[in-house]
Amino acid sequence: MPAPEQHRLVFRQIDEPGYSNDLACYLRNGGYEVLRKAVRRRPEELVDEVKKSGLRGRGGAGFPCGVKWSLLDRKSGKPVYLIVNADESEPGTFKDRYIIYRDPHQLIEGIMITCFANKVEQTFIYIRGEFPDGAKILERAIAEARAANFVGPSILGTGYGCEIYVHRGAGAYICGEETGLIESLEGKRPYPRIKPPYFPAVLGLYQCPTIVNNVETICHVKHIADMGGEAFSKIGTPNNTGTRILCVSGHVQRPGYYEFDVGKLTMGQLLNEVCGGPLPGRKFKAVIPGGTSAKVLKFGERYKGRRKVGAEMVEYDWGVEDIPMDFDSLAMVGSMGGSGGVIVMDDSVSMVEALGNINAFYSHESCGQCTPCREGSLWMKRITARMVHGDARPEDGALLKSVADQIAGRTICAFGEACAWPTQSFVGKFGDEFKAYSQEKGGPRPDAAPELV
Amino acid sequence: MDLITVNIDGRDVAVPKGTNMIEAARLLGIDVPHYCYHPKLTVAGNCRMCLVEMGTLAADPATKAPVMDPATGKQRVNWVPRPAIACATSAQPGLHIRTTTPMVRDCREGVMEFLLINHPLDCPICDQAGECKLQEQSTGYGRGYSRYVEHKNVKPKRTQLGPRVTLDDERCILCSRCVRFCKEIVKDDVLGFADRGSYSTLTCYPGRRLENDYSLNTVDICPVGALTSTDFRFKMRVWFLKQTNGIDTGSSVGANTVVWSREGAVYRVTPRRNDAVNDTWMADSGRILYKEVRAHGRLGTIRVNGAESALEFAVRAAAGILAKGGAAVVGSGRSSVEEQFLSRKLCDALGARASLVSRVGKGDGLLVSADRNPNVRGALVTGLVAALPSATLESLGAQIDSGQVTAVVSIGEDLAAAGLSAAQLARVSIVYLGTHANATSAAARVVIPTLTLFEKSGTLVNQQFRIQKFAKAVPGVAGATDDLLALARLTAAVGGPVLAEDVGPLWTQIAAEVPALGAVSFARIPDTGLLLDGTPWAGLPFAEGPTLHFVPAAPAPKEARP
Repeated sequence: MPAPEQHRLVFRQIDEPGYSNDLACYLRNGGYEVLRKAVRRRPEELVDEVKKSGLRGRGGAGFPCGVKWSLLDRKSGKPVYLIVNADESEPGTFKDRYIIYRDPHQLIEGIMITCFANKVEQTFIYIRGEFPDGAKILERAIAEARAANFVGPSILGTGYGCEIYVHRGAGAYICGEETGLIESLEGKRPYPRIKPPYFPAVLGLYQCPTIVNNVETICHVKHIADMGGEAFSKIGTPNNTGTRILCVSGHVQRPGYYEFDVGKLTMGQLLNEVCGGPLPGRKFKAVIPGGTSAKVLKFGERYKGRRKVGAEMVEYDWGVEDIPMDFDSLAMVGSMGGSGGVIVMDDSVSMVEALGNINAFYSHESCGQCTPCREGSLWMKRITARMVHGDARPEDGALLKSVADQIAGRTICAFGEACAWPTQSFVGKFGDEFKAYSQEKGGPRPDAAPELV
Repeated sequence: MDLITVNIDGRDVAVPKGTNMIEAARLLGIDVPHYCYHPKLTVAGNCRMCLVEMGTLAADPATKAPVMDPATGKQRVNWVPRPAIACATSAQPGLHIRTTTPMVRDCREGVMEFLLINHPLDCPICDQAGECKLQEQSTGYGRGYSRYVEHKNVKPKRTQLGPRVTLDDERCILCSRCVRFCKEIVKDDVLGFADRGSYSTLTCYPGRRLENDYSLNTVDICPVGALTSTDFRFKMRVWFLKQTNGIDTGSSVGANTVVWSREGAVYRVTPRRNDAVNDTWMADSGRILYKEVRAHGRLGTIRVNGAESALEFAVRAAAGILAKGGAAVVGSGRSSVEEQFLSRKLCDALGARASLVSRVGKGDGLLVSADRNPNVRGALVTGLVAALPSATLESLGAQIDSGQVTAVVSIGEDLAAAGLSAAQLARVSIVYLGTHANATSAAARVVIPTLTLFEKSGTLVNQQFRIQKFAKAVPGVAGATDDLLALARLTAAVGGPVLAEDVGPLWTQIAAEVPALGAVSFARIPDTGLLLDGTPWAGLPFAEGPTLHFVPAAPAPKEARP
């Protein structure tokens, strides 16, 4: 079956020749028309549209956006804040950056619709510290939009006002965790909060109810307000609606950004047709489907089980190439859709070394608040680093797996899973490679080399 | 109070709603191991040692009807597949937790292993050894072996965080108790973590130091040997030390303490939990008071007119001086209730009026009150004085100048420091009972060395009118006489009644003669003290402002201004 055509919704104009990130260009292409219409509707209608659309968060967890909004504590009488999570740090993910750099006004329009729908009067865009230009672009775009009365007090003469502030992070992966982000925004170390009781919808920023949404999610809100929730829910597959941006990197002929209807495309179509297949003379070995914290998929594996198609249960028997790229299917095969960062590895890659790279990242990014992640991530890094740099032992694979098992599910935030899942899946699926690595690369230290004391 | 029932390891226990599950388990004698949780601080939930299995009673989602388990006939419990931290789980009706399942055991073994991989394991030279949570819980809940073959983290071993606290960073498990203590209790937010991951280190904010008067509490609550008292560091193994209950005499708060001693020497003083007085804290200033026991200038020789003497002759000489008439007594707000009772008896026998020296400073609103005398209320209760003392002994000075007073008994007070001039001291004959040499002891004709608080037993009445016991931690220094003995002998020698010289028998007399203490038995005063009725003195303008667990009675209303 040939791959479906790309369906560009968020990326509709982004790559058009001559498209620039200033307000004039955005207005020429129909910008802010959706906002103009939206502010004439009742906010509750807009929330309903998003609920009907079935939009799931694009940041990683895939939590239904409308449900998230409806969990807001409205009884407290406290102000409600919106935080746009632009701390895109998951390795292999680069979609939000592209939106911010190339089409900031789309994000701003999405923000204003979201704020109007949820009666939010202050928004913070928390942008990754490594995107200094992105922050400048956003600042300029917000200033333009404010001058044109799309942002600020009494937008478009409605009496409704909302301010947008850009806050730059200082370069930490954990600031993408929503409660860590909130702590950071409050000026503290980004130690994620314990849940319960600190659910952002109830006790978020400054202990007020807070919505935290990903950049891409917010952009989708604009399109939902435009076409209606009903129409949006027809795109993609049931429970996995809309389009999704996939960032493909690694060993394919044509890495890059692609936007497809969720679930209408399989992994095989994506890699072989859209991305042009493996590099000449190579074979695909493994793929991480949703950023490095998602569990790796091994080519040649079979995934069997029963799944719901429409009303009935259907048997499935998939290879990696057959997996539809949607949240539920990827969860069924034991991984996750995550942030949409697809990382492809071919047969030139040593899985031990690849895991060493991932472990180095997570041990560097662990905030250090809770014990299992703080100590476990560094331990795993030290084991893989030792394996790669000399002293691999046949039992190291089993030890790695056991350390990872002591982390997942026992930490304050999802970082525990994020750092444990790669190790669990790499060792679980490529265990032989880990065992053989000591013969192949390790072995006893040469006699001449002095012992490190 | 609304009690609800929760189930821990199959046993029901009734607790107030919202009770933390570690505390609820404690009620059943079930130990839920933990590091970061502290009953007097907010919950951080970062050590992950208290992970337990949690479940709630099953109910039909539609009808809310309970789902019964046919096997047991009870309502079924839905167990959450992920472990939850007990410290952040509060009691709700029907909550179930399990603390002994294989999953919980595995969690604890995992956390213990993680805590130890970068821990230096330098217990043989660590001050915390013997009272270390890492030692206790790795023995109780750890695997007993390590699988770690990599190099450990290297961090600074002796950072001076402040004048009294030294940090060994390698031992720190980043539980944040000290950080929360400074922020929440002292409101002196100086501690924080720098760097990240396993390389995180505890540090003071740039340009700041941990130098507040409560800094040593961070040492007490540190579950490991990371924060150590610079004073106590490397001095003594804690298992050699004897623990004796004491009271902080730094102010009228009367924080409860434990005095740690060995072979007649005090090594440290730490707080003792009393939720009605000091929670689990005490001021640093109260911890160094033990140094007075061995301080330079400690009196150890009974002297009469400068010559070495014995108690019997000294008492006789003092009685001779006082018998001439014109005697005055300077009592002390630092004396125990028993000593104040005997001081009153001495006054009665001499027909003299007692004065007290007041020590009023600025309270810190926490555990140092404005009144630095620990027992002014004891003097009121025993009837030694009827009014609050003034800062200086002006009226006594005037009486000396006029020749009305020709002899003064000072019970532990330095009259020169209390405002009497050298000339005034020279005009009177002084009998001095005290612990340390000063201008008064130098000017005195009779000097009887007595005991510090660490060397005797007794009671003090704090600002709440709570009578609290302290016990003798170390024997008195050579040559010093028990205050009770000296006062009783002196009273008898000047023609007063024969009084008991020991605390126990003396209390029979106190209870019989002091109305406010009529119902009190010394032996039965609980470790956390006993509240007395302070209403007879409610009208007095006490100096104390609000402190922890104490709100002064509203001051008498001022006259309405036009």
